[in-house]
Amino acid sequence: MTETIRSILATDCGSTTTKAILIELTDEGYRLRVRGEAPTTVEKPFDDVTVGVLNAVTEVAELAGRTILGEDGRIIMPQQGDAGVDLYLSTSSAGGGLQMLCAGVVRSMTAESAERAALGAGAIVMDVICANDKRQPHEQISRIRHLRPDMILLSGGVEGGTKTHVAELAELIGAADPKPRLGSSYELPVVYAGNSDARQAVKDALEDKTALEIVDNLRPTLDDENLGPARDKIHDLFMEHVMAQAPGYDKLKSWTSAPVMPTPGAVGAIIQTVAEQRGISVIGVDIGGATTDVFSVFQGTFNRTVSANLGMSYSISNVMATAGLDNVMRWVPFDIDEAELRNRIKNKMVRPTTIPSLLRDLQVEQALAREALRLSLIQHKDFATELKGVRKARDISEAFNQSGSGSTIVDMLGLDLIVGSGGVLSHAPRRVQAALMLIDSFEPMGVTQLAVDSIFMMPQLGVLASIHEQAATEVFERDCLVMLGTVIAPVGKTKGGRPLASVHIELPDGARDVTIGQGDLELIPLATGSTARCRIEPAKGVDVGAGPGVAVDTELAGGEAGLFLDGRGRPLQIPTSPAERVASIEQWIENLDLYPRAGS
Amino acid sequence: MGHAYTPGLKVSAAADFVRNRILPIRGEVLVALGDSVEPDTVVARALLPGNVVTLNVARQLGMAAADLDDAMLVQPGDPVEKGQPIARSKGIFGFMKQTAEAPTTGVLESTSKVSGQSLFREAPNPVDVKAYVGGTVQSIDDGFGVDIAARGTMVQGIFGIGPETSGPLVMVGAGLSEPLVPGDFLPEHRGAIVVGGSLAPMDALQAAIKVGVAAVVTGGVDAKDLTELLGFDLGVAITGNEDVGLTLVVTEGFGSLAMSRKTHELLAARAGLLASVSGATQIRAGVMRPEVLVPHDVEAVEQTEVDTGIMRPGSVVRIIRDPHFGELGQVEELPFEPALLDTEARVRILTVTLRGGERHTLPRANVELVDEQF
Repeated sequence: MTETIRSILATDCGSTTTKAILIELTDEGYRLRVRGEAPTTVEKPFDDVTVGVLNAVTEVAELAGRTILGEDGRIIMPQQGDAGVDLYLSTSSAGGGLQMLCAGVVRSMTAESAERAALGAGAIVMDVICANDKRQPHEQISRIRHLRPDMILLSGGVEGGTKTHVAELAELIGAADPKPRLGSSYELPVVYAGNSDARQAVKDALEDKTALEIVDNLRPTLDDENLGPARDKIHDLFMEHVMAQAPGYDKLKSWTSAPVMPTPGAVGAIIQTVAEQRGISVIGVDIGGATTDVFSVFQGTFNRTVSANLGMSYSISNVMATAGLDNVMRWVPFDIDEAELRNRIKNKMVRPTTIPSLLRDLQVEQALAREALRLSLIQHKDFATELKGVRKARDISEAFNQSGSGSTIVDMLGLDLIVGSGGVLSHAPRRVQAALMLIDSFEPMGVTQLAVDSIFMMPQLGVLASIHEQAATEVFERDCLVMLGTVIAPVGKTKGGRPLASVHIELPDGARDVTIGQGDLELIPLATGSTARCRIEPAKGVDVGAGPGVAVDTELAGGEAGLFLDGRGRPLQIPTSPAERVASIEQWIENLDLYPRAGS
Repeated sequence: MGHAYTPGLKVSAAADFVRNRILPIRGEVLVALGDSVEPDTVVARALLPGNVVTLNVARQLGMAAADLDDAMLVQPGDPVEKGQPIARSKGIFGFMKQTAEAPTTGVLESTSKVSGQSLFREAPNPVDVKAYVGGTVQSIDDGFGVDIAARGTMVQGIFGIGPETSGPLVMVGAGLSEPLVPGDFLPEHRGAIVVGGSLAPMDALQAAIKVGVAAVVTGGVDAKDLTELLGFDLGVAITGNEDVGLTLVVTEGFGSLAMSRKTHELLAARAGLLASVSGATQIRAGVMRPEVLVPHDVEAVEQTEVDTGIMRPGSVVRIIRDPHFGELGQVEELPFEPALLDTEARVRILTVTLRGGERHTLPRANVELVDEQF
């Protein structure tokens, strides 16, 4: 971008709501000016996504007091005087997002790499078909036919490796003759990203029946993944084939200054940008009504997972079913009749737009959110692994602890920042509630910073990052990211109830020496923008990031909540007896001033 | 005074309904424009491609896939019988020949010279689409299906399970606020759509299944009973294919909840008529609710506030979340400014007066419009 961009309009067309933001270049750099929203209009009676876009843009224009739409009802571009904007961008997950089927030869190798590429591109992976998945070929064919994905990603074979198994998979897909989910007037896009020796066999099986695209092998050797070409092709096809079938998208495509991106792909892009720019490891989580997406960057490697049925409204009953009553109730500071709780949760499932108006209701929803987040991270850790099948020289310690090929790269002790997003986190009545939900569910270890997306604008900033990184970064830092504070969580145990660590903190109003006792949860206020030098001296055998018993000197960042001293152990120890549990939670609530007190 | 957009469930004595009856793949439409149809009339039929069975012939014969041409005894497109020899190796000097047999009856679709795999397509499976509701064929999508149009009583439920069904409408139970009991289900209710009560407890549902009723329409169901009925804890409300022995439509929600008076009265007025019921529920974008449709003569279709979705002062609403879940109220005010709840969340609110005269302030998201007298 060589010309100065003065104003940027960006929309995110979600399944239910279209959100628009207006960014302007000010004396302080790029800043969010206003946000507007309107119902998404991909279904009857409108059948045109741009109606919702224009409604959301109209709200933005009214709130900002400027003209954005011309008399022809189109967005004025580039900006003329005070009217219009210089850039317009959009992301979309309307119509159920991008739903993909992946196929590869070996489940834990090429098929898993294909799944990683599809997830990284922002897709929901409906199933993974592979040569060793124990299903009979006719079962696989019937599954492919039944699913009706938007797109298929076929991989298999490292370069110079198997050709036969890849051909077999292509033949199965050809035999299923799958039809796309949206519209019957176009051929199903299939991306082949496998062994280049098998390209002709894949063409023979699929060229006449599908819209076949061939890109570089996503797993050229066992030691390497090359997901970029497959991911980029998926993005191209998403707009060309898939979304072009959704009502109004052709029009939307002609309006935007860059290709429309799938929403989760855009969120992933901004998380990667943050990790790269700051040189840190990051976990991002977006907890929605139906799904929870987890994004991570560790050692420069990006991963994304979608927990398809863990969400706070449509899928809330599945959170209960998956986590179990005891796991949900351990976060709640009161007893409740099980039958009544189950009815309440199912009533939320069938009326998903309702919101808690009683404090107890809010506490139950936040308990369920903790479980949805916890389960999503478990799935993410299982998926975000080193490449499997890689032969690795192991030293003696790795041999003893069984680490090596295929172990998770999600290192909670090495994690620098957690970013939360989604209604239950972004709109928690007190920011400290969002912070504690992230701490309880993700159990960060050592020293970790916490933040939330203020109004869920990461998708728009993700697509913006693809063409104007400076604007995306400035708005992300100043307007999107709400810093919640930093948590210090020692890992390990001490004998005889001795403290886990002693901490010397140089706060703006003076130095303080505190200890982190076992089972303690304390909060020290430290405002957003402030930092505090600190030295953490863990007890023998206790780790705060530098190894057992090794002291850490670091700088702690403040936030809307402050500094959390969490001595509750990892894994987190919560009393199992109801009376002790309630007493502990009540103590933590009081220490953190978590909820309004009765009568206040 | 303000207004707000609030969805509600349709409960109407005089509604137009059109149901799209479409095949999953191209087939044949069996009715003509303007034809009268009954719920069981088959309106379209298609032949789904048969299952594919694979056999790796090269592997079985112990030969290279590239050489298969010489060994194949049948060619793509040829019909085969299960057990029929389809390929034979040359063996060594004419001895030790290996034979591959067709794994199923059907047609050889292809043989790959890369993988050595043959694909056999079994006979196609017919798929029928029925009219589901009694009415008239309003339009035809050639090769795919039809729209059936009818007029009459329409009741949308909040949640349901089980497939489309139809039968005569029968009212049972001790009243709107009383749970159904096993004794409500009698042998003569076999194949009927049975309506009544505030709750269908497990013992009553079991009695209904035993009698063979087609569907139960009631105010509520307990989550634990639903789990027992389905055999698993339902995580996401996407239903319609369950096979539990009946179709269940819940009009109000989970727990014991009095059926809305209007719903009860409308259905009672049509007792004895043929009703069509679907338990299919999809609570996602493109929401689908379960329904009871009773076609009958209607002079004029009524347009209600629920159809517009616009809530105004004076509108009657049902509270759909605690506190006061299930109670009816009349909207007093729709303030423009968001307000603080007990939870400290700042949201758009409304004030309502309940039947007892008490005034309450609630989130707008926690009410739905209903067509009831207040």
